[in-house]
Amino acid sequence: MTIFLTHNRVKLALHHLRPGPGRPLLHLHALGEQSPAHVPADLDAWPGPVFALDFTGHGASTVPGGGGYTSEVLMGDADAALQLIGNATVVGRGLGAHIALLIAAGRPQQVRGAILCDGAGLVGGGDEPGPLVVRGVPGKPTAPDPFALVELASDLRPPDYVVRFAELAAQHSGLAQPIAVAAKARPDWLKAVAGLPSVAVESLEDALCRFASL
Amino acid sequence: MTSAQTEETPFLSYPGAQRPNRHRWVDSYGVNIATCEWGPADGPPLFLVHGGSDFAGTFDVFAPLLAAAGWRVISWDHRGHGDSDYAPLYSWDADVRDALSVLDSTTPDPVPVVAHSKGGGMMLQLAEALPLRMSKVVIIDGLPSPEPHPDVSDHEQRRFTQQNLANWLDHRRSAASTFRKPGTIDELAKRRKRMNPRLSDDWLRYLVTIGAKRDADGWRWKLDPAIRFGGFGPWRPDWSLERLRTLRAPLLGLTATVEEEMGWGTNHKALLPFLPPGASLVPFENTGHFVHIEHPQRVASMVLEFLG
Repeated sequence: MTIFLTHNRVKLALHHLRPGPGRPLLHLHALGEQSPAHVPADLDAWPGPVFALDFTGHGASTVPGGGGYTSEVLMGDADAALQLIGNATVVGRGLGAHIALLIAAGRPQQVRGAILCDGAGLVGGGDEPGPLVVRGVPGKPTAPDPFALVELASDLRPPDYVVRFAELAAQHSGLAQPIAVAAKARPDWLKAVAGLPSVAVESLEDALCRFASL
Repeated sequence: MTSAQTEETPFLSYPGAQRPNRHRWVDSYGVNIATCEWGPADGPPLFLVHGGSDFAGTFDVFAPLLAAAGWRVISWDHRGHGDSDYAPLYSWDADVRDALSVLDSTTPDPVPVVAHSKGGGMMLQLAEALPLRMSKVVIIDGLPSPEPHPDVSDHEQRRFTQQNLANWLDHRRSAASTFRKPGTIDELAKRRKRMNPRLSDDWLRYLVTIGAKRDADGWRWKLDPAIRFGGFGPWRPDWSLERLRTLRAPLLGLTATVEEEMGWGTNHKALLPFLPPGASLVPFENTGHFVHIEHPQRVASMVLEFLG
């Protein structure tokens, strides 16, 4: 079942992949992807319901004209999902891993654990800006929005900026280790985050188990 | 790419203010950008760029002075500002791209730009990406400064708290159903005065009739309620400072000396080591953020002399 949410002027598709009682798991896809149609095998061990969100410009969500994507705006996408489903554990792949970290700081009481996994868009645009590609893609955009691919692949992630989100999640969540790094890749921002004492480096399986028991 | 826009009549007048001679729309990849022009249609193009929360109509006194010297003066309302479309997404990069759409809709040749406040930062970024697109650059109280600026909401505020994040998310949750507070022309002018305390009441009242629309229950600023100051983002102000030196086009910078809420607090002396070769920087004594509104004649003369 797909539920449509509103984030400013964007309609977001939230897919209810598995019903049931308990705290939901919210899946955030990678850059250029869309939500899976079924609960992925590696998330099957989650004991509760599972939701998956299509970010702006992806899957069944609105593809807006003219771009303007930032990770911070996509954090608002994730927040629109939390507004509907309440407290949740968030698992993100690639770009979705970065957004999972941001929303863990934005809504530390609601995010009961964020798991950061490998996937497209994990690296981002590095820690310093290069000359910007400013011209856009003509024609009617379709998902995945080419603007999203370009802008979110060059989205700046200086380690000190991203670490601030991890620190705020730890300070305000009441959890000893609210962030789990299950990704193997280590762009600079994730290297810095993984080095914090409040961040666990563990397998996806272990992280799901740990957060399910909260 | 462009189409005609209907001409409107000014509701109030202001000494020296003149509405643009021509209006047109520029389609920036699906976002309609309200673009306007003063002066001869066949004159050499000169672009004016407004700052955050402003609109092209704030050049109604300044632009005609440049147009009178023969320039085809072109400006536009940034997405979500003035008469341009409310956009689903806003970002610094999108504003820069929209700017390039307006330039491209006019001419492929290098052009001079005069930019105020956030517009200055946008033009420096555009000049870095496309160094041959600009022939000369004038920046009015918008040169980089070591501190973040108030109208750069989602770009360079790195020292955020958890409460900042929560407030921002709360705003996003309500943005779609938020409307600006209606009021009389005087009430809207008074509200804007809080942000622009040095501007005259008559000027602010005039601006209401351009930058606000009249609904059945009163006037409302046109600025998209989804746009909000006080955001956060990864940009580091010293990046802009370090990059300033790489600007190839001749630069004239005008800076304010009186601090005010919307001011960029550009420290004149601190900026000198970062200027590109040949650049000139002119501080305006006893002047606030809107240098070209406080001293339209003087700024226009300096700009015309600089443009040659």
